[in-house]
Amino acid sequence: MSSSVRELLDVPLVELSEALEKKRISSAEVTAAALDRIERTDGSLGAFLKVTPERALAQAAAADQRAARGERLGRLDGVPIAIKDIFVTKGIETTAGSRILAGFVPPYDATVVERLDGAGAVMLGKLNMDEFAMGSSNENSAFRMCHNPWDLARTPGGSSGGSAAAVAARQVFGALGTDTGGSIREPASFCGVVGIKPTYGRVSRYGVIAFASSLDQVGPLARTVGDAAALLQAIAGRDERDMTSSARPVDDYGASLEAGTRGLTIGVPREWLEAGIEAGVASRMREALAAYERMGARIVEVSLPHTRYGIAAYYIIAPAEASSNLARYDGVRYGLRQRGCPGLAEMYGETRREGFGAEPKRRIMLGTYALSAGYYDAYYLRAQKVRTLLRRDFDRAFEHCDVLAGPVSPTVAFRLGEKVSDPLTMYLADVFTVTCNLAALPGLSVPCGLDPDGMPVGLQLIGRPFDEGTLFRVARALEREQGPLPGPGGIAP
Amino acid sequence: MSVSDFEVVIGLEVHAQLLTRSKVFCGCSTEFGGEPNAHTCPVCLAMPGALPSLNQRVVEFAIRAGLALGCTVRRKSVFARKNYFYPDLPKGYQISQYELPICEGGSVPIRGGEKAIRLNRVHVEEDAGKNLHEVSADKSSGVDLNRAGVPLLEIVSEPDLRGVDEAIEYLKSLRAILMYLGVNDGNLEEGSFRCDANVSVRRRGEEKLGQRSEIKNMNSFRFLRQAIEYEVDRQVEVVESGGKVKQETRLFDPDRGVTRAMRSKEEAHDYRYFPEPDLPPLVVDDGFVEQLRRSVPELPAARASRYQKVLGLSAFDAQVLTAERAVADFFDAALAAHGGGAEAAKKVANWVTGELARLANETGTSPQDWKVTPPKLAAIVKLVEAGTVGGPGAKQLVEEVFRHGGEPSEVLVTKGLAQVSDEGAVELAVEKVLSANPGEVEKYRNGKKNLLGFFVGRIMKEMKGKGNPLVVNALLKKKLGD
Repeated sequence: MSSSVRELLDVPLVELSEALEKKRISSAEVTAAALDRIERTDGSLGAFLKVTPERALAQAAAADQRAARGERLGRLDGVPIAIKDIFVTKGIETTAGSRILAGFVPPYDATVVERLDGAGAVMLGKLNMDEFAMGSSNENSAFRMCHNPWDLARTPGGSSGGSAAAVAARQVFGALGTDTGGSIREPASFCGVVGIKPTYGRVSRYGVIAFASSLDQVGPLARTVGDAAALLQAIAGRDERDMTSSARPVDDYGASLEAGTRGLTIGVPREWLEAGIEAGVASRMREALAAYERMGARIVEVSLPHTRYGIAAYYIIAPAEASSNLARYDGVRYGLRQRGCPGLAEMYGETRREGFGAEPKRRIMLGTYALSAGYYDAYYLRAQKVRTLLRRDFDRAFEHCDVLAGPVSPTVAFRLGEKVSDPLTMYLADVFTVTCNLAALPGLSVPCGLDPDGMPVGLQLIGRPFDEGTLFRVARALEREQGPLPGPGGIAP
Repeated sequence: MSVSDFEVVIGLEVHAQLLTRSKVFCGCSTEFGGEPNAHTCPVCLAMPGALPSLNQRVVEFAIRAGLALGCTVRRKSVFARKNYFYPDLPKGYQISQYELPICEGGSVPIRGGEKAIRLNRVHVEEDAGKNLHEVSADKSSGVDLNRAGVPLLEIVSEPDLRGVDEAIEYLKSLRAILMYLGVNDGNLEEGSFRCDANVSVRRRGEEKLGQRSEIKNMNSFRFLRQAIEYEVDRQVEVVESGGKVKQETRLFDPDRGVTRAMRSKEEAHDYRYFPEPDLPPLVVDDGFVEQLRRSVPELPAARASRYQKVLGLSAFDAQVLTAERAVADFFDAALAAHGGGAEAAKKVANWVTGELARLANETGTSPQDWKVTPPKLAAIVKLVEAGTVGGPGAKQLVEEVFRHGGEPSEVLVTKGLAQVSDEGAVELAVEKVLSANPGEVEKYRNGKKNLLGFFVGRIMKEMKGKGNPLVVNALLKKKLGD
């Protein structure tokens, strides 16, 4: 690939947008370049489940026509992006990473897809993910492995592994993922990109294949904070078709982006520092906090006393809701159906046995158990009460600070295959991310350096409800201070 | 020991489809019939990623029904998922209400208001689709999801019913109330008003309730009676032979007139209820409830009571008039147009339950379509009262206006229906008849007084039915020398 094309793909989304606006480049050119890069690199990377080149080039051509008439739809018009295969796309196969939906072609678009379309974004395809968003390493994808562009032997994280990898590898300028217990933030931190899980209700879940209804949220992954803000701006807002979506007006996320952190207070939860964190991660975090102090922020210690119950509460509530949400995959109306079964019960059993991977089965069983007669009170109900306590912890902490800061994960990206045989170890790695979902708060991951092995480390910022603007502002300050991360070395250009 | 030594205890669970135009969680049409799966969308098909969106009209209908039934309306109620697998349940769960239903308490009057059957709760849920068996040449089954997502009101009574007669009365009373409100069309055969019965028996005098069984699949009042009576006999036999009634669900078989235990499942259903995370709690404020309370019309029981107590109508007339809201409304309007009291009420009632009912049945029309409007009926009653038209003439007048419209006073003239009260004309007719029948006149004068009717008949025929009976009678008697 020529260096100019590589440069083309290297710039942040907002810069590309400006170039498109000034007609220094056409959407067709950059889309072709992106598709070329995907073709050259995705064989080893595995970020995409499906690439839609013809559709993308047609969208790019339409974007160029609009640009020629001076009628660009906005910042995203003509920009190549891709989306996790958890969003239904009309006429384009959508699998949620599972064989039970292999060949399923939805008759409708998710709301966020409609909004991106309406903004003129060029969709290059559907991105790899852990099956039904269940996983932290993308190793639960039923179709293919996804690798970390920084080191192909390592996981990109999950469940939005493909989204993070595609952005980090410069295949796309931005991506959409979903986050139920950390599935945007963790892969973002493993791949050295920015990822945000907005406040629950900020973005519509209509058309998002459901894992855990009270926890799932849609969010962008991008190379810079400004890029992520631009993407969130395009998709956020009330949707009549999702009654859990908030009617609260959407802030202008760009308004205070460059305002810096002078006068802000950053809280660091004591319980998070006590947890076992890898040395490399801990060092980068300390440096980031020091940088914030230099920039004029106040760092205080706060307490989230119920942190240690977070994993337990999450791994009861999420599987419980999932066990119900996954009941519709029964072979009757769409997706896989096992043929030649003698009766209904057999058809149900064989279809789901064949179609679901090990992790969904595990969670369906856990969830069914937690909801069953005699256990509901002890497990599901109790977990919901713990949830209230967790939220109260955060509310009290926010009386003393504007944002919370800490690690996203106790480690950097681990090796593929390292944790697969012990699901429980995998679950425990979610310790820093799940409480944010349980408390319905916004959480963001911003790169804060590399560890001694050259693997990216992410800093997590958690904010007050609907205060994504402050998260962007604080993240941007660090980004400006430390400069952009170098590109990943793992993927040959 | 016989059946009469036992007391029958019944609780009823009614599922009533709400007459909203759209389904409860999506905008699809609730229209009955239609090609299979014509009224569906990603939501009611339970496509991946679809979410429910609550139809406000459903909430309004549910609250109005609850208010009409005297329930307490919860200001905050919660939807819940009821989880089980079946092809006609596309999500693998039904969205219903569990711990916090929209309405609680309330009652349904039976025996003319003498007894109130207590309600336990009234809540909103969605209907399932329909499984159709052997629909194709290969004998495969099909699933029609047109009905999936249609809003249902579930109304659960306490086990206050003693016997099948009370059960039938309860259902008729409840049905009438729901139809009065316009929230349900009361159609048992089509399945928009469904009933399951919980039946148990106990020896008279015993306080403890017997073990109950649940009976399903009774889609007419006749089948309901048959099913319950069969079940009672069956349970009494079990108890008398020393056995124990099993708590089970039994289906009524209309062909054989028996109830049969459903094929036993390996495990009982554990529905694993939990609050529906896709729907926020339903919160209604006092203002909203009060507004709906004002829209509740005078209900059948209260209306029938008023007709009897205030207007002096018979219980039978009251019942017939209040059976359909449109008829009762028509009656009220006609009476109001007339301006009269109890006496006029009887006359108006007779017309409504008599001629108008007959014509309505024949033409298959409802009061809102009738060309005889309430003011027109009132006018006709007044014409009769004034003697302008006689009984038979009035009947003809009503029929004329019913079929062809027009103002009664005008139709009276154009169709020549007016009564003849002119003494001269009547006298002519009387004399004609008497002179044509001298023998009968002789017999009458000799004592055969029942020949009066014969003369009256002939005179009326002569006058083409238009003779004023009072005038005819008076003149006839005079001429006969009485």
